[in-house]
Amino acid sequence: MTIVEKVRALLGEGAVLEEGTDRVPRIAPGSPDAVALLLGTAHQEGWRVRIEGAGTWLQSDAPADLALTTRRLDRIPAIEPQDLTATAEAGIGLDQLRQQLADRGAWLGVDPPGLAGRTLGSVVASATAGPLRQGFGPVKDHLLGVTFVTGDGRMVQSGGRVMKNVAGYDLTRLQAGGFGAFGVVVLVHLRLRALPRADVTHLLEGSREDLTQCAEDIAAAGLTPAALELISPALARRERWVLAVRLAGSPALVAADETGLGAATGGGGRFTPLRAEEAHAFWMRHAEGFAVRPVTFRLGAVPAASDEMLDLLQHQVGDEWVSASPAVGAIRWTGEATIDRLHRLRRTLAGLEVPLTLERAPWPVRTAVGHFGAYREGVGPLVAGLRRTFDPGNALVVATDSE
Amino acid sequence: MNGLAGDLGAIVGERHVRVARAERATYAMDGLPTHRRLPDVVVLPGTREEVIAVVRLLAAHGAAMVPRGAGTGLSGGALAGEGAVLVVLTRLNRIVRVDPQNRLAVVEPGVVNARLSAAARPHGLHYAPDPSSQTACTIGGNVAENAGGPHCLKYGVTANHILALEVVLANGRTVELGSPGGEPGGGGPDLVGLFVGSEGNFGIATRITVRLTPLPRAVRTLLADFMSLRTAGEGVSAIIAAGIVPAALEMMDQSCIQAVEDSVYAAGYPRDAAAVLLVELDGHDGAAVTAEADGVTALLKQAGARSIRTAADEAERERLWQGRKKAFGAMGRLSRDLVVQDAVVPRSALPDVLETIAGIAARHRLVVSNVFHAGDGNLHPNISFDATDDDLRARVEQASGEIMAACIAAGGTITGEHGVGLDKLRYMPLVFDAESLGAMHAVRRVFDPHERVNPGKVVPVHACREWARVRSAGWGVRSISGDSAPRTPHAALSRIP
Repeated sequence: MTIVEKVRALLGEGAVLEEGTDRVPRIAPGSPDAVALLLGTAHQEGWRVRIEGAGTWLQSDAPADLALTTRRLDRIPAIEPQDLTATAEAGIGLDQLRQQLADRGAWLGVDPPGLAGRTLGSVVASATAGPLRQGFGPVKDHLLGVTFVTGDGRMVQSGGRVMKNVAGYDLTRLQAGGFGAFGVVVLVHLRLRALPRADVTHLLEGSREDLTQCAEDIAAAGLTPAALELISPALARRERWVLAVRLAGSPALVAADETGLGAATGGGGRFTPLRAEEAHAFWMRHAEGFAVRPVTFRLGAVPAASDEMLDLLQHQVGDEWVSASPAVGAIRWTGEATIDRLHRLRRTLAGLEVPLTLERAPWPVRTAVGHFGAYREGVGPLVAGLRRTFDPGNALVVATDSE
Repeated sequence: MNGLAGDLGAIVGERHVRVARAERATYAMDGLPTHRRLPDVVVLPGTREEVIAVVRLLAAHGAAMVPRGAGTGLSGGALAGEGAVLVVLTRLNRIVRVDPQNRLAVVEPGVVNARLSAAARPHGLHYAPDPSSQTACTIGGNVAENAGGPHCLKYGVTANHILALEVVLANGRTVELGSPGGEPGGGGPDLVGLFVGSEGNFGIATRITVRLTPLPRAVRTLLADFMSLRTAGEGVSAIIAAGIVPAALEMMDQSCIQAVEDSVYAAGYPRDAAAVLLVELDGHDGAAVTAEADGVTALLKQAGARSIRTAADEAERERLWQGRKKAFGAMGRLSRDLVVQDAVVPRSALPDVLETIAGIAARHRLVVSNVFHAGDGNLHPNISFDATDDDLRARVEQASGEIMAACIAAGGTITGEHGVGLDKLRYMPLVFDAESLGAMHAVRRVFDPHERVNPGKVVPVHACREWARVRSAGWGVRSISGDSAPRTPHAALSRIP
């Protein structure tokens, strides 16, 4: 009996999708319980499973006996505008989620890189925050709790649906950015914000040096932008570097920040506002730009080191496709890079206490370089222990550490 | 333990080891009066090297240990019983570095919360999490409990402010987790996030890198009073639903108001009010903050506020806040003991849950005063009682359980910032199933395989599903809710040809 036949017997005909080009069976469980049943079976049968969402972000190329896609886990069981919370299944596309939240006057302050239909589970598992990290924090700060299924089919709840929660260990934070190494996230409880009543974007073009100084001035002036992003010309589709400032919130706060922004200049230039549809298109293109080229990674530096990091990237891998949040020290790069080059870059960065997290790359690169790379002394055994705990049969195909 | 005490004395100096019963009794409780445990030995290391040496010695002896900060916790989490050594970290109280350019600081675990903010203030920065005990509690304790505070509504709890940790594991080895930029990266997955709130079960943090936050340039503090708890709760919901995020949104009920007003912390709260809301708005622009304050004022009036007062100056603001922050102390006037409960509910459930709590108090003939972080839905029902009265103690226990059950029934949880410790162990199975508790237990064993660090806390082991062995084949039977999924027992696979 083949894997597909066994899965059909377990989950029904509807769970088996068409194979991808790599001939790996693609299974789409229709409920969290079905995910648990599938992974429990995989564990017992010794099947290797790769995890997929909508297939728009991480390359679907990890060698596996089957691909588990969360795309049929696309329900939103609860949106509570009064409490500013929501519960959504992991396979819901962010575009659909955003729309349904907006219909209820609610908003998720996360704008990850990738296509609009990227799944919520993918964003959580890879902890890929976008420019809104400046104002609203990393992905983990938007999570109240998750339910996940371990590699051997156990369903685990962590956190809850309320604003504060210290009951038990925070396994939610382990899942955020765990790349699926500790289980498959199936349900997410989200912290929301009210849909901003004012949301404007201003752009300033100039030299990287001038715009970096301008970003520093804005931070020092105490303005509270939702996003403050320094973007390379190619990524911004402009002639020169761009400093993009997004202000979102109450009209009074946004107006105050716009006044403050008026005083900020970069090399003599002035910020120009975008119309609402222009701003939407600008940020969408920015996000999509990271899903096109084969390799994307992020750096987490201290703010004062942002400029130095951009210099380093320019020297080692080029800075054609790069975007930085200088006030928080987060930098995202995309392009083509060899395994050796990534190893070298990561070694250099490690000496500066700056982690490089590989977000997406073809499997040969992922498995050689790893999402996290080499661990610091003493951390490796902890991560290995956690992996054994949550995936004792090593069923989940995830390239966390380097070879 | 005498030999062990001598060895500990050789590491930290004899005067930093407590073996006399009277000395140990000082450490037998934390801020919660319902739990008492006498440690066998108390040791106070003064440096990270001493911590490492102490932990290695205890590992060699196979001795249990309990890390402790200032002992201001409210869950019995930092109590060490028979056979355990209490490792008190208050001597590790150095602020290693304040880095204003990158808005971070590196501190030892025994640094008092308010002292860190004081050190950051000349740079226009502060450490945002501000528990009511901030003038005494330590950053290490805050990390262990994932402490909150009134201003966490806007600025987030401790977990949102910890960038990196140096941790001494149960075996005495040190690991560095996280990075100054806040990205886990070379530390692997987010082990900092996992460690924060682990209540000492995963080891001892000896060096903590925290994020500092700019001091707001403009602040408006409002005091609104209401003639019913329900309307005050509705006022909270109105503010949240309007998308306004105050820096703090605190509520006190009449019992609490009167206790404060009768004390040296009297803040001028109206004594006849059923509840007051303390609302603080802040930002960098005075006009924008004023506009938000006007919006809040309108919403609170609409919700039924009897009067709304704005602090005219910093002195008045401090007075209003003193009443709130010292409310627990003020309640000492009501009776000799106080149980400070901690639970969280969805914010929109506040009015109903507050009424339920009042009903529970009346049914058990108890005085329950509410002072809490209304904006987060984080309740603190405080039960005043006399611990020497056995009948009263029993009623307090019963009422506490009923309050927890009511909060869970409303979609909430059993603790928002005080932790599980000993006190909430019994409630953990009410919020987590055996599988999830088993997962937590298994994670704990990754960090501390012999479960020697703060044993018997957080996870009720008897309620866990065993994770050490492969589950039985029949376990796979689950209710499949998908549209086309049959209910196939996992074991049935073996019968499929």
